[in-house]
Amino acid sequence: MGQRIDVNHLNVYYGDFLAVEDVNMKIEPNKVTAFIGPSGCGKSTVLRTLDRMHEIIPGAHVTGEVLLEGKNLYGPGVDPVAVRRDVGMVFQRPNPFPTMSIRENVLAGMKLNNRSVDKKDADELVEWALRGANLWDEVKDRLDNPGIGLSGGQQQRLCIARAVAVHPQVLLMDEPCSALDPISTLAVEDLINELKKDYTIVIVTHNMQQAARVSDYTAFFNLKEIGQPGHLVEMNETKVIFENPHEEDTERYISGRFG
Amino acid sequence: MTAAATNPEFHRGPQPDFDKFKPSRSSIQTRKYKDIAMRVLIYIAFLIALVPLVSVLWTCLAEGYKRLDGYFLSHNMVGVIGGMYPYGGILHAIIGTVEITFGAMVISIPIGLMCAVYLVEYAQKGPLSKTISLLVDVMSGIPSIVAGLFAFSLFTILLGPGTVNGFVGSVALSLLMIPTVVKTSEEMLKIVPSDLRECSYALGVTKQRTITKIVLRTALPGIVSGVILAIARVIGETAPLLIASGFIANTNFNLFSGRMTTLPVYVYNEYSQGLATCTPAALKLNPPCLPGIRMERAWAAALVLILIVLLLNIIGRIVAKVFSVEGTQK
Repeated sequence: MGQRIDVNHLNVYYGDFLAVEDVNMKIEPNKVTAFIGPSGCGKSTVLRTLDRMHEIIPGAHVTGEVLLEGKNLYGPGVDPVAVRRDVGMVFQRPNPFPTMSIRENVLAGMKLNNRSVDKKDADELVEWALRGANLWDEVKDRLDNPGIGLSGGQQQRLCIARAVAVHPQVLLMDEPCSALDPISTLAVEDLINELKKDYTIVIVTHNMQQAARVSDYTAFFNLKEIGQPGHLVEMNETKVIFENPHEEDTERYISGRFG
Repeated sequence: MTAAATNPEFHRGPQPDFDKFKPSRSSIQTRKYKDIAMRVLIYIAFLIALVPLVSVLWTCLAEGYKRLDGYFLSHNMVGVIGGMYPYGGILHAIIGTVEITFGAMVISIPIGLMCAVYLVEYAQKGPLSKTISLLVDVMSGIPSIVAGLFAFSLFTILLGPGTVNGFVGSVALSLLMIPTVVKTSEEMLKIVPSDLRECSYALGVTKQRTITKIVLRTALPGIVSGVILAIARVIGETAPLLIASGFIANTNFNLFSGRMTTLPVYVYNEYSQGLATCTPAALKLNPPCLPGIRMERAWAAALVLILIVLLLNIIGRIVAKVFSVEGTQK
Protein backbone atom coordinates (compact mmCIF):
# COMPACT_ATOMS: atom_id res chain seq x y z
CA MET A 1 0.00 0.00 0.00
CA GLY A 2 1.14 3.50 -0.66
CA GLN A 3 1.73 5.95 2.10
CA ARG A 4 0.76 9.59 2.41
CA ILE A 5 3.32 12.36 2.48
CA ASP A 6 2.87 15.70 4.19
CA VAL A 7 5.32 18.44 3.43
CA ASN A 8 5.33 21.28 5.95
CA HIS A 9 7.20 24.56 5.55
CA LEU A 10 9.96 22.97 3.49
CA ASN A 11 12.87 25.20 2.49
CA VAL A 12 15.63 23.68 0.40
CA TYR A 13 19.11 25.18 0.38
CA TYR A 14 22.16 24.52 -1.74
CA GLY A 15 24.79 25.84 0.64
CA ASP A 16 23.57 29.34 1.48
CA PHE A 17 21.43 29.60 -1.61
CA LEU A 18 17.72 29.17 -0.95
CA ALA A 19 16.51 27.12 -3.92
CA VAL A 20 12.91 26.44 -2.95
CA GLU A 21 10.90 28.37 -0.41
CA ASP A 22 8.18 27.30 1.98
CA VAL A 23 6.53 24.34 0.29
CA ASN A 24 3.42 22.95 1.95
CA MET A 25 1.59 20.07 0.34
CA LYS A 26 -0.22 16.86 0.99
CA ILE A 27 0.49 13.94 -1.29
CA GLU A 28 -2.35 11.44 -1.16
CA PRO A 29 -1.65 7.72 -0.87
CA ASN A 30 -2.20 5.54 -3.94
CA LYS A 31 -2.61 8.55 -6.16
CA VAL A 32 -0.38 10.00 -8.83
CA THR A 33 0.79 13.50 -8.07
CA ALA A 34 2.48 15.44 -10.88
CA PHE A 35 4.91 18.31 -10.37
CA ILE A 36 4.91 20.74 -13.27
CA GLY A 37 6.60 24.06 -13.82
CA PRO A 38 9.32 25.76 -15.87
CA SER A 39 12.93 24.58 -15.75
CA GLY A 40 14.85 25.63 -12.70
CA CYS A 41 11.78 26.22 -10.54
CA GLY A 42 12.79 23.52 -8.07
CA LYS A 43 10.32 20.75 -8.80
CA SER A 44 13.05 18.12 -9.16
CA THR A 45 14.72 19.53 -6.07
CA VAL A 46 11.52 19.12 -4.05
CA LEU A 47 11.07 15.63 -5.44
CA ARG A 48 14.56 14.71 -4.30
CA THR A 49 13.93 15.97 -0.79
CA LEU A 50 11.17 13.35 -0.51
CA ASP A 51 13.80 10.60 -0.35
CA ARG A 52 16.72 12.74 0.81
CA MET A 53 18.53 12.25 -2.49
CA HIS A 54 19.45 15.95 -2.57
CA GLU A 55 21.92 15.26 0.24
CA ILE A 56 24.29 13.68 -2.28
CA ILE A 57 25.13 17.20 -3.40
CA PRO A 58 27.52 18.64 -0.81
CA GLY A 59 25.98 21.54 1.10
CA ALA A 60 22.37 20.75 0.20
CA HIS A 61 20.08 20.78 3.20
CA VAL A 62 16.48 21.50 4.14
CA THR A 63 14.49 23.08 6.92
CA GLY A 64 10.93 22.13 7.68
CA GLU A 65 9.57 18.63 7.69
CA VAL A 66 8.50 15.86 5.36
CA LEU A 67 6.17 13.40 7.04
CA LEU A 68 5.85 9.94 5.56
CA GLU A 69 2.74 8.48 7.15
CA GLY A 70 3.30 10.86 10.08
CA LYS A 71 7.00 10.03 10.52
CA ASN A 72 9.39 12.89 9.87
CA LEU A 73 12.04 11.90 7.29
CA TYR A 74 14.28 14.62 8.68
CA GLY A 75 13.76 13.71 12.33
CA PRO A 76 16.80 13.05 14.51
CA GLY A 77 18.24 9.59 14.10
CA VAL A 78 16.56 8.93 10.76
CA ASP A 79 18.97 7.18 8.41
CA PRO A 80 18.78 8.53 4.85
CA VAL A 81 19.70 5.08 3.54
CA ALA A 82 16.63 3.63 5.27
CA VAL A 83 14.46 6.43 3.89
CA ARG A 84 15.51 5.53 0.36
CA ARG A 85 14.42 1.94 0.91
CA ASP A 86 10.90 3.16 1.69
CA VAL A 87 10.84 5.74 -1.06
CA GLY A 88 12.03 4.51 -4.43
CA MET A 89 13.14 6.67 -7.31
CA VAL A 90 13.25 6.45 -11.10
CA PHE A 91 15.43 8.86 -13.01
CA GLN A 92 15.18 10.84 -16.20
CA ARG A 93 17.63 8.76 -18.17
CA PRO A 94 17.26 4.99 -18.09
CA ASN A 95 20.33 3.79 -16.22
CA PRO A 96 20.50 0.04 -15.69
CA PHE A 97 23.77 -1.02 -14.09
CA PRO A 98 26.00 -1.77 -17.10
CA THR A 99 27.86 -4.61 -15.40
CA MET A 100 24.70 -6.53 -14.60
CA SER A 101 22.26 -8.73 -16.46
CA ILE A 102 18.53 -8.00 -16.55
CA ARG A 103 17.97 -10.38 -13.67
CA GLU A 104 20.83 -8.94 -11.61
CA ASN A 105 19.55 -5.44 -12.25
CA VAL A 106 16.17 -6.31 -10.79
CA LEU A 107 17.83 -7.93 -7.80
CA ALA A 108 20.36 -5.10 -7.40
CA GLY A 109 18.57 -3.49 -4.48
CA MET A 110 18.54 -6.76 -2.58
CA LYS A 111 21.99 -7.94 -3.56
CA LEU A 112 23.74 -4.63 -2.99
CA ASN A 113 22.20 -4.39 0.45
CA ASN A 114 23.81 -7.75 1.07
CA ARG A 115 20.61 -9.52 1.84
CA SER A 116 21.11 -13.11 0.85
CA VAL A 117 18.16 -14.47 -1.07
CA ASP A 118 17.92 -18.04 -2.23
CA LYS A 119 17.39 -18.73 -5.88
CA LYS A 120 13.71 -19.63 -5.72
CA ASP A 121 12.78 -16.46 -3.83
CA ALA A 122 14.98 -14.44 -6.16
CA ASP A 123 13.28 -15.94 -9.23
CA GLU A 124 9.89 -15.08 -7.78
CA LEU A 125 10.96 -11.55 -7.01
CA VAL A 126 12.40 -11.06 -10.50
CA GLU A 127 9.22 -12.26 -12.16
CA TRP A 128 7.01 -10.26 -9.82
CA ALA A 129 8.97 -7.04 -10.36
CA LEU A 130 9.26 -7.49 -14.12
CA ARG A 131 5.56 -8.30 -14.42
CA GLY A 132 4.87 -5.26 -12.26
CA ALA A 133 6.90 -3.17 -14.67
CA ASN A 134 5.12 -4.68 -17.66
CA LEU A 135 8.36 -6.06 -19.01
CA TRP A 136 8.20 -9.77 -18.17
CA ASP A 137 6.86 -11.03 -21.47
CA GLU A 138 9.47 -9.11 -23.41
CA VAL A 139 12.51 -10.31 -21.48
CA LYS A 140 11.61 -13.59 -19.82
CA ASP A 141 13.73 -15.60 -22.27
CA ARG A 142 16.83 -13.48 -21.89
CA LEU A 143 17.09 -12.61 -18.24
CA ASP A 144 20.82 -13.21 -18.28
CA ASN A 145 21.49 -10.77 -21.08
CA PRO A 146 22.96 -7.41 -20.12
CA GLY A 147 20.40 -4.83 -19.03
CA ILE A 148 21.81 -2.14 -21.27
CA GLY A 149 21.14 -4.27 -24.33
CA LEU A 150 17.44 -3.39 -24.10
CA SER A 151 15.78 -0.51 -25.90
CA GLY A 152 15.41 2.81 -24.12
CA GLY A 153 11.80 2.24 -23.12
CA GLN A 154 12.53 -1.28 -21.95
CA GLN A 155 15.50 -0.01 -19.97
CA GLN A 156 13.32 2.54 -18.24
CA ARG A 157 10.79 -0.14 -17.34
CA LEU A 158 13.69 -2.26 -16.10
CA CYS A 159 14.68 0.65 -13.87
CA ILE A 160 11.11 0.80 -12.59
CA ALA A 161 11.23 -2.94 -11.92
CA ARG A 162 14.49 -2.44 -10.07
CA ALA A 163 12.94 0.33 -8.00
CA VAL A 164 9.81 -1.66 -7.09
CA ALA A 165 11.84 -4.78 -6.28
CA VAL A 166 12.99 -3.20 -3.01
CA HIS A 167 9.28 -2.87 -2.26
CA PRO A 168 9.04 0.83 -1.43
CA GLN A 169 5.87 2.59 -0.27
CA VAL A 170 6.34 5.58 -2.49
CA LEU A 171 7.74 5.84 -6.01
CA LEU A 172 9.28 9.09 -7.18
CA MET A 173 9.80 9.63 -10.89
CA ASP A 174 11.96 12.42 -12.21
CA GLU A 175 10.85 13.02 -15.81
CA PRO A 176 10.74 9.28 -16.48
CA CYS A 177 9.62 9.63 -20.09
CA SER A 178 11.60 12.61 -21.34
CA ALA A 179 14.25 10.38 -22.93
CA LEU A 180 11.73 7.98 -24.47
CA ASP A 181 9.84 7.81 -27.75
CA PRO A 182 6.02 8.18 -27.71
CA ILE A 183 5.30 4.45 -27.75
CA SER A 184 7.63 3.73 -24.85
CA THR A 185 6.15 6.75 -23.09
CA LEU A 186 2.72 5.26 -23.46
CA ALA A 187 3.95 1.96 -22.01
CA VAL A 188 5.42 3.74 -19.01
CA GLU A 189 2.27 5.82 -18.53
CA ASP A 190 0.11 2.69 -18.58
CA LEU A 191 2.47 1.24 -16.05
CA ILE A 192 2.12 4.29 -13.80
CA ASN A 193 -1.64 3.79 -13.80
CA GLU A 194 -1.14 0.18 -12.72
CA LEU A 195 1.46 1.00 -10.12
CA LYS A 196 -0.68 3.49 -8.26
CA LYS A 197 -2.74 0.63 -6.87
CA ASP A 198 0.30 -0.33 -4.80
CA TYR A 199 2.32 2.82 -4.47
CA THR A 200 2.01 6.51 -3.92
CA ILE A 201 3.51 8.03 -7.04
CA VAL A 202 5.05 11.44 -7.51
CA ILE A 203 6.13 12.35 -11.01
CA VAL A 204 7.99 15.37 -12.31
CA THR A 205 7.18 16.15 -15.92
CA HIS A 206 7.68 18.87 -18.48
CA ASN A 207 4.95 17.42 -20.58
CA MET A 208 1.64 18.89 -19.55
CA GLN A 209 -0.40 16.44 -21.57
CA GLN A 210 1.37 13.72 -19.66
CA ALA A 211 0.54 15.36 -16.34
CA ALA A 212 -3.08 15.63 -17.45
CA ARG A 213 -3.16 11.99 -18.59
CA VAL A 214 -1.53 10.22 -15.68
CA SER A 215 -1.96 12.31 -12.56
CA ASP A 216 -4.75 12.68 -10.02
CA TYR A 217 -3.23 15.75 -8.41
CA THR A 218 -1.00 18.38 -9.91
CA ALA A 219 1.35 20.81 -8.21
CA PHE A 220 2.55 23.84 -10.13
CA PHE A 221 5.92 25.29 -9.16
CA ASN A 222 7.30 28.58 -10.38
CA LEU A 223 10.01 31.13 -9.76
CA LYS A 224 8.80 34.42 -8.39
CA GLU A 225 11.48 36.10 -10.45
CA ILE A 226 14.82 35.20 -11.99
CA GLY A 227 17.28 34.66 -9.14
CA GLN A 228 14.50 34.27 -6.59
CA PRO A 229 13.78 30.92 -4.98
CA GLY A 230 11.17 28.63 -6.48
CA HIS A 231 7.89 28.09 -4.70
CA LEU A 232 4.73 26.08 -4.93
CA VAL A 233 2.12 28.21 -6.68
CA GLU A 234 -0.84 25.92 -6.55
CA MET A 235 -1.72 22.34 -5.90
CA ASN A 236 -5.07 20.76 -6.57
CA GLU A 237 -6.82 17.97 -8.37
CA THR A 238 -5.45 17.69 -11.88
CA LYS A 239 -8.85 18.47 -13.36
CA VAL A 240 -9.09 21.70 -11.41
CA ILE A 241 -5.55 22.74 -12.28
CA PHE A 242 -6.04 22.19 -15.98
CA GLU A 243 -9.62 23.41 -16.30
CA ASN A 244 -10.14 25.97 -13.64
CA PRO A 245 -6.91 27.00 -11.90
CA HIS A 246 -7.23 29.44 -9.03
CA GLU A 247 -4.00 31.28 -9.74
CA GLU A 248 -3.42 33.39 -12.78
CA ASP A 249 0.21 32.20 -13.09
CA THR A 250 -0.99 28.62 -13.33
CA GLU A 251 -3.45 29.43 -16.03
CA ARG A 252 -0.85 31.31 -18.04
CA TYR A 253 1.58 28.39 -17.78
CA ILE A 254 -1.03 25.75 -18.61
CA SER A 255 -2.30 27.60 -21.63
CA GLY A 256 1.21 28.26 -22.89
CA ARG A 257 1.00 32.03 -22.45
CA PHE A 258 3.93 32.02 -20.12
CA GLY A 259 6.64 34.66 -19.83
CA MET B 1 21.59 40.84 -50.53
CA THR B 2 22.46 39.03 -47.35
CA ALA B 3 20.73 41.53 -45.18
CA ALA B 4 17.46 40.51 -46.78
CA ALA B 5 18.01 36.91 -45.68
CA THR B 6 17.75 37.87 -42.02
CA ASN B 7 14.68 39.41 -40.65
CA PRO B 8 15.53 42.96 -39.54
CA GLU B 9 12.77 42.71 -36.97
CA PHE B 10 14.77 40.13 -35.03
CA HIS B 11 18.28 41.26 -35.90
CA ARG B 12 18.44 44.83 -34.89
CA GLY B 13 22.23 44.78 -34.38
CA PRO B 14 24.97 44.58 -37.02
CA GLN B 15 24.16 42.96 -40.35
CA PRO B 16 27.11 40.70 -41.25
CA ASP B 17 27.78 39.94 -44.91
CA PHE B 18 27.58 36.15 -44.95
CA ASP B 19 29.07 35.89 -48.45
CA LYS B 20 32.41 36.77 -46.94
CA PHE B 21 32.33 33.70 -44.73
CA LYS B 22 31.73 31.21 -47.53
CA PRO B 23 34.66 28.91 -48.34
CA SER B 24 36.14 29.79 -51.72
CA ARG B 25 36.56 27.19 -54.44
CA SER B 26 40.35 27.29 -54.28
CA SER B 27 40.36 26.70 -50.54
CA ILE B 28 38.37 23.53 -51.05
CA GLN B 29 41.00 22.33 -53.53
CA THR B 30 43.90 23.23 -51.21
CA ARG B 31 42.14 21.43 -48.40
CA LYS B 32 42.19 18.23 -50.41
CA TYR B 33 45.92 18.54 -51.06
CA LYS B 34 46.56 19.34 -47.43
CA ASP B 35 44.57 16.32 -46.45
CA ILE B 36 46.68 14.04 -48.64
CA ALA B 37 49.93 15.63 -47.45
CA MET B 38 48.98 15.25 -43.81
CA ARG B 39 47.90 11.66 -44.32
CA VAL B 40 51.26 10.80 -45.83
CA LEU B 41 53.07 12.61 -43.00
CA ILE B 42 51.09 10.80 -40.34
CA TYR B 43 51.71 7.41 -41.89
CA ILE B 44 55.43 8.15 -42.11
CA ALA B 45 55.49 9.25 -38.47
CA PHE B 46 53.72 6.06 -37.53
CA LEU B 47 56.25 3.94 -39.40
CA ILE B 48 59.17 5.82 -37.85
CA ALA B 49 57.68 5.22 -34.42
CA LEU B 50 57.39 1.55 -35.26
CA VAL B 51 61.01 1.14 -36.37
CA PRO B 52 62.71 1.15 -32.96
CA LEU B 53 59.94 -0.98 -31.51
CA VAL B 54 60.31 -3.72 -34.08
CA SER B 55 64.08 -3.41 -34.02
CA VAL B 56 64.27 -3.84 -30.23
CA LEU B 57 61.99 -6.84 -30.32
CA TRP B 58 63.88 -8.42 -33.18
CA THR B 59 67.31 -7.87 -31.60
CA CYS B 60 66.12 -9.33 -28.31
CA LEU B 61 64.71 -12.37 -30.06
CA ALA B 62 67.71 -12.87 -32.32
CA GLU B 63 70.31 -12.41 -29.59
CA GLY B 64 68.32 -13.86 -26.74
CA TYR B 65 67.28 -17.20 -28.14
CA LYS B 66 70.87 -18.52 -28.24
CA ARG B 67 71.14 -18.87 -24.49
CA LEU B 68 67.44 -19.32 -23.70
CA ASP B 69 66.82 -22.94 -22.79
CA GLY B 70 65.56 -25.05 -19.92
CA TYR B 71 68.96 -25.07 -18.26
CA PHE B 72 69.21 -21.27 -18.39
CA LEU B 73 65.77 -20.88 -16.83
CA SER B 74 66.31 -23.41 -14.07
CA HIS B 75 69.79 -22.54 -12.74
CA ASN B 76 71.35 -19.65 -10.89
CA MET B 77 74.85 -18.19 -11.09
CA VAL B 78 76.45 -20.13 -8.24
CA GLY B 79 79.81 -21.59 -9.27
CA VAL B 80 79.86 -19.82 -12.62
CA ILE B 81 83.38 -18.65 -13.40
CA GLY B 82 84.14 -16.55 -16.46
CA GLY B 83 83.11 -18.23 -19.68
CA MET B 84 83.64 -21.73 -18.31
CA TYR B 85 81.04 -24.44 -18.05
CA PRO B 86 78.56 -24.41 -16.21
CA TYR B 87 77.16 -21.47 -18.09
CA GLY B 88 74.72 -20.39 -15.37
CA GLY B 89 71.14 -19.17 -15.56
CA ILE B 90 68.57 -16.67 -14.38
CA LEU B 91 66.29 -18.64 -12.08
CA HIS B 92 67.31 -16.45 -9.16
CA ALA B 93 66.68 -13.27 -11.17
CA ILE B 94 63.24 -14.40 -12.33
CA ILE B 95 62.28 -15.21 -8.76
CA GLY B 96 63.65 -11.90 -7.56
CA THR B 97 61.79 -9.93 -10.22
CA VAL B 98 58.50 -11.73 -9.62
CA GLU B 99 58.67 -11.48 -5.82
CA ILE B 100 59.83 -7.87 -5.67
CA THR B 101 57.27 -6.74 -8.24
CA PHE B 102 54.55 -8.67 -6.43
CA GLY B 103 55.60 -6.99 -3.19
CA ALA B 104 55.39 -3.60 -4.89
CA MET B 105 51.90 -4.47 -6.18
CA VAL B 106 50.71 -5.52 -2.74
CA ILE B 107 51.87 -2.21 -1.31
CA SER B 108 50.84 0.16 -4.06
CA ILE B 109 47.53 -1.17 -5.39
CA PRO B 110 45.55 -0.81 -2.14
CA ILE B 111 47.13 2.56 -1.33
CA GLY B 112 46.77 3.88 -4.86
CA LEU B 113 43.22 2.64 -5.28
CA MET B 114 42.04 3.97 -1.93
CA CYS B 115 43.70 7.28 -2.67
CA ALA B 116 41.83 7.45 -5.98
CA VAL B 117 38.54 6.54 -4.26
CA TYR B 118 39.14 9.30 -1.73
CA LEU B 119 39.88 11.83 -4.47
CA VAL B 120 36.84 10.96 -6.58
CA GLU B 121 34.21 9.87 -4.06
CA TYR B 122 34.98 11.76 -0.89
CA ALA B 123 37.17 14.83 -1.45
CA GLN B 124 35.21 17.95 -2.18
CA LYS B 125 37.78 19.92 -4.15
CA GLY B 126 39.15 21.27 -0.90
CA PRO B 127 42.77 22.10 -0.10
CA LEU B 128 43.46 18.54 1.04
CA SER B 129 42.46 16.94 -2.27
CA LYS B 130 44.36 19.59 -4.23
CA THR B 131 47.45 18.95 -2.12
CA ILE B 132 47.16 15.21 -2.65
CA SER B 133 46.76 15.65 -6.41
CA LEU B 134 49.78 17.93 -6.51
CA LEU B 135 51.88 15.50 -4.47
CA VAL B 136 50.85 12.63 -6.73
CA ASP B 137 51.92 14.66 -9.75
CA VAL B 138 55.24 15.49 -8.13
CA MET B 139 55.72 11.88 -7.09
CA SER B 140 55.20 10.62 -10.62
CA GLY B 141 58.20 12.70 -11.62
CA ILE B 142 60.59 11.29 -9.01
CA PRO B 143 63.69 9.82 -10.69
CA SER B 144 63.77 6.13 -9.94
CA ILE B 145 67.25 6.27 -8.40
CA VAL B 146 65.89 8.71 -5.81
CA ALA B 147 63.17 6.22 -4.91
CA GLY B 148 65.85 3.56 -4.45
CA LEU B 149 67.98 5.81 -2.25
CA PHE B 150 64.91 6.80 -0.26
CA ALA B 151 63.87 3.21 0.41
CA PHE B 152 67.43 2.30 1.32
CA SER B 153 67.75 5.19 3.79
CA LEU B 154 64.30 4.49 5.22
CA PHE B 155 65.23 0.93 6.05
CA THR B 156 68.63 2.04 7.31
CA ILE B 157 66.78 4.16 9.86
CA LEU B 158 64.20 1.50 10.66
CA LEU B 159 66.29 -1.67 10.71
CA GLY B 160 69.86 -0.48 10.92
CA PRO B 161 72.49 0.35 8.31
CA GLY B 162 73.06 -1.86 5.32
CA THR B 163 69.59 -3.37 5.22
CA VAL B 164 69.37 -4.62 1.66
CA ASN B 165 66.70 -7.14 0.72
CA GLY B 166 63.88 -7.75 -1.70
CA PHE B 167 61.32 -5.90 0.36
CA VAL B 168 63.36 -2.68 0.35
CA GLY B 169 63.24 -2.99 -3.43
CA SER B 170 59.47 -3.50 -3.30
CA VAL B 171 59.11 -0.30 -1.28
CA ALA B 172 61.27 1.60 -3.75
CA LEU B 173 59.22 0.31 -6.69
CA SER B 174 55.92 1.04 -4.96
CA LEU B 175 57.00 4.69 -4.67
CA LEU B 176 57.19 4.72 -8.45
CA MET B 177 54.00 2.72 -8.91
CA ILE B 178 51.61 4.53 -6.57
CA PRO B 179 51.33 7.75 -8.64
CA THR B 180 50.53 5.79 -11.80
CA VAL B 181 47.94 3.68 -10.00
CA VAL B 182 46.34 6.77 -8.42
CA LYS B 183 46.26 8.67 -11.69
CA THR B 184 44.79 5.94 -13.87
CA SER B 185 42.32 4.74 -11.24
CA GLU B 186 41.19 8.31 -10.64
CA GLU B 187 40.52 8.79 -14.34
CA MET B 188 38.65 5.48 -14.52
CA LEU B 189 36.51 6.27 -11.46
CA LYS B 190 35.71 9.70 -12.85
CA ILE B 191 34.21 8.30 -16.04
CA VAL B 192 31.78 6.09 -14.14
CA PRO B 193 28.51 7.96 -14.77
CA SER B 194 27.17 9.70 -11.67
CA ASP B 195 23.73 8.36 -12.69
CA LEU B 196 24.83 4.94 -11.52
CA ARG B 197 25.86 6.22 -8.11
CA GLU B 198 22.61 8.15 -7.74
CA CYS B 199 20.44 5.27 -8.68
CA SER B 200 22.33 2.96 -6.35
CA TYR B 201 21.77 5.42 -3.51
CA ALA B 202 18.11 5.67 -4.52
CA LEU B 203 17.79 1.92 -4.01
CA GLY B 204 18.80 2.43 -0.40
CA VAL B 205 22.34 1.16 -0.89
CA THR B 206 25.00 2.48 1.44
CA LYS B 207 27.88 4.58 0.16
CA GLN B 208 30.41 1.87 0.95
CA ARG B 209 28.55 -0.76 -1.05
CA THR B 210 27.84 1.68 -3.86
CA ILE B 211 31.56 2.34 -4.18
CA THR B 212 32.66 -1.28 -3.96
CA LYS B 213 29.86 -2.94 -5.91
CA ILE B 214 28.96 -0.33 -8.50
CA VAL B 215 31.72 2.24 -8.96
CA LEU B 216 34.77 0.02 -8.57
CA ARG B 217 33.08 -2.83 -10.40
CA THR B 218 32.19 -0.64 -13.36
CA ALA B 219 35.67 0.86 -13.46
CA LEU B 220 37.44 -2.47 -12.95
CA PRO B 221 38.58 -3.16 -16.54
CA GLY B 222 40.16 0.28 -16.77
CA ILE B 223 41.76 -0.02 -13.35
CA VAL B 224 43.27 -3.38 -14.30
CA SER B 225 44.79 -1.90 -17.46
CA GLY B 226 46.18 0.98 -15.44
CA VAL B 227 47.73 -1.34 -12.87
CA ILE B 228 49.31 -3.45 -15.60
CA LEU B 229 50.81 -0.31 -17.11
CA ALA B 230 52.17 0.67 -13.72
CA ILE B 231 53.71 -2.77 -13.27
CA ALA B 232 55.24 -2.69 -16.73
CA ARG B 233 56.73 0.66 -15.79
CA VAL B 234 58.49 -0.62 -12.66
CA ILE B 235 59.36 -4.19 -13.61
CA GLY B 236 62.22 -2.97 -15.77
CA GLU B 237 63.67 -0.64 -13.14
CA THR B 238 67.36 -1.23 -12.54
CA ALA B 239 68.84 1.64 -10.58
CA PRO B 240 66.65 1.57 -7.45
CA LEU B 241 66.92 -2.20 -7.17
CA LEU B 242 70.68 -2.11 -7.50
CA ILE B 243 70.69 0.05 -4.37
CA ALA B 244 67.80 -1.49 -2.47
CA SER B 245 68.01 -5.18 -3.26
CA GLY B 246 71.58 -5.65 -4.37
CA PHE B 247 72.98 -8.48 -6.43
CA ILE B 248 73.66 -12.06 -5.57
CA ALA B 249 74.47 -15.26 -7.44
CA ASN B 250 72.29 -17.74 -5.58
CA THR B 251 68.54 -18.20 -5.50
CA ASN B 252 66.87 -16.36 -2.63
CA PHE B 253 63.20 -17.07 -2.10
CA ASN B 254 62.86 -14.90 0.99
CA LEU B 255 61.66 -11.42 0.10
CA PHE B 256 62.41 -10.13 3.58
CA SER B 257 65.93 -11.27 4.10
CA GLY B 258 69.10 -11.26 2.06
CA ARG B 259 69.98 -9.74 -1.27
CA MET B 260 67.92 -10.52 -4.34
CA THR B 261 68.83 -10.29 -7.99
CA THR B 262 66.25 -9.06 -10.46
CA LEU B 263 66.32 -9.44 -14.24
CA PRO B 264 67.25 -5.84 -15.11
CA VAL B 265 70.03 -5.82 -12.50
CA TYR B 266 71.21 -9.16 -13.85
CA VAL B 267 71.28 -7.79 -17.38
CA TYR B 268 73.23 -4.76 -16.26
CA ASN B 269 75.65 -6.85 -14.27
CA GLU B 270 76.34 -9.28 -17.09
CA TYR B 271 76.81 -6.47 -19.58
CA SER B 272 79.13 -4.51 -17.30
CA GLN B 273 81.56 -7.40 -16.97
CA GLY B 274 82.22 -7.52 -20.70
CA LEU B 275 84.03 -10.36 -22.44
CA ALA B 276 85.18 -13.38 -20.52
CA THR B 277 88.85 -14.30 -20.81
CA CYS B 278 89.37 -17.80 -22.12
CA THR B 279 92.78 -19.44 -22.32
CA PRO B 280 93.43 -21.25 -25.63
CA ALA B 281 93.27 -24.52 -23.70
CA ALA B 282 89.89 -23.64 -22.20
CA LEU B 283 88.49 -22.88 -25.68
CA LYS B 284 89.13 -26.47 -26.66
CA LEU B 285 87.37 -27.98 -23.65
CA ASN B 286 84.07 -29.76 -24.06
CA PRO B 287 81.87 -27.90 -23.37
CA PRO B 288 84.14 -25.01 -24.29
CA CYS B 289 84.83 -21.69 -22.61
CA LEU B 290 82.70 -19.01 -24.34
CA PRO B 291 84.17 -15.49 -24.41
CA GLY B 292 80.86 -13.85 -25.38
CA ILE B 293 78.77 -15.72 -22.84
CA ARG B 294 77.97 -12.68 -20.72
CA MET B 295 76.33 -10.75 -23.52
CA GLU B 296 74.42 -13.84 -24.52
CA ARG B 297 73.11 -14.19 -20.97
CA ALA B 298 72.24 -10.49 -20.86
CA TRP B 299 70.20 -10.73 -24.05
CA ALA B 300 68.46 -13.89 -22.98
CA ALA B 301 67.55 -12.33 -19.62
CA ALA B 302 66.26 -9.24 -21.45
CA LEU B 303 64.11 -11.46 -23.65
CA VAL B 304 62.70 -13.20 -20.58
CA LEU B 305 61.89 -9.80 -19.06
CA ILE B 306 60.02 -8.80 -22.21
CA LEU B 307 58.15 -12.09 -22.16
CA ILE B 308 57.12 -11.55 -18.53
CA VAL B 309 55.76 -8.09 -19.36
CA LEU B 310 53.96 -9.56 -22.36
CA LEU B 311 52.45 -12.27 -20.17
CA LEU B 312 51.27 -9.64 -17.68
CA ASN B 313 49.68 -7.71 -20.51
CA ILE B 314 47.86 -10.79 -21.74
CA ILE B 315 46.61 -11.60 -18.24
CA GLY B 316 45.46 -7.99 -17.87
CA ARG B 317 43.60 -8.14 -21.14
CA ILE B 318 41.88 -11.35 -20.19
CA VAL B 319 40.84 -9.92 -16.82
CA ALA B 320 39.59 -6.76 -18.49
CA LYS B 321 37.67 -8.85 -21.01
CA VAL B 322 36.07 -11.08 -18.38
CA PHE B 323 34.94 -8.09 -16.31
CA SER B 324 34.23 -5.85 -19.26
CA VAL B 325 31.21 -3.60 -19.22
CA GLU B 326 28.90 -4.89 -21.93
CA GLY B 327 28.07 -2.54 -24.73
CA THR B 328 30.90 -0.08 -24.20
CA GLN B 329 34.04 0.19 -26.27
CA LYS B 330 36.59 -1.16 -23.86
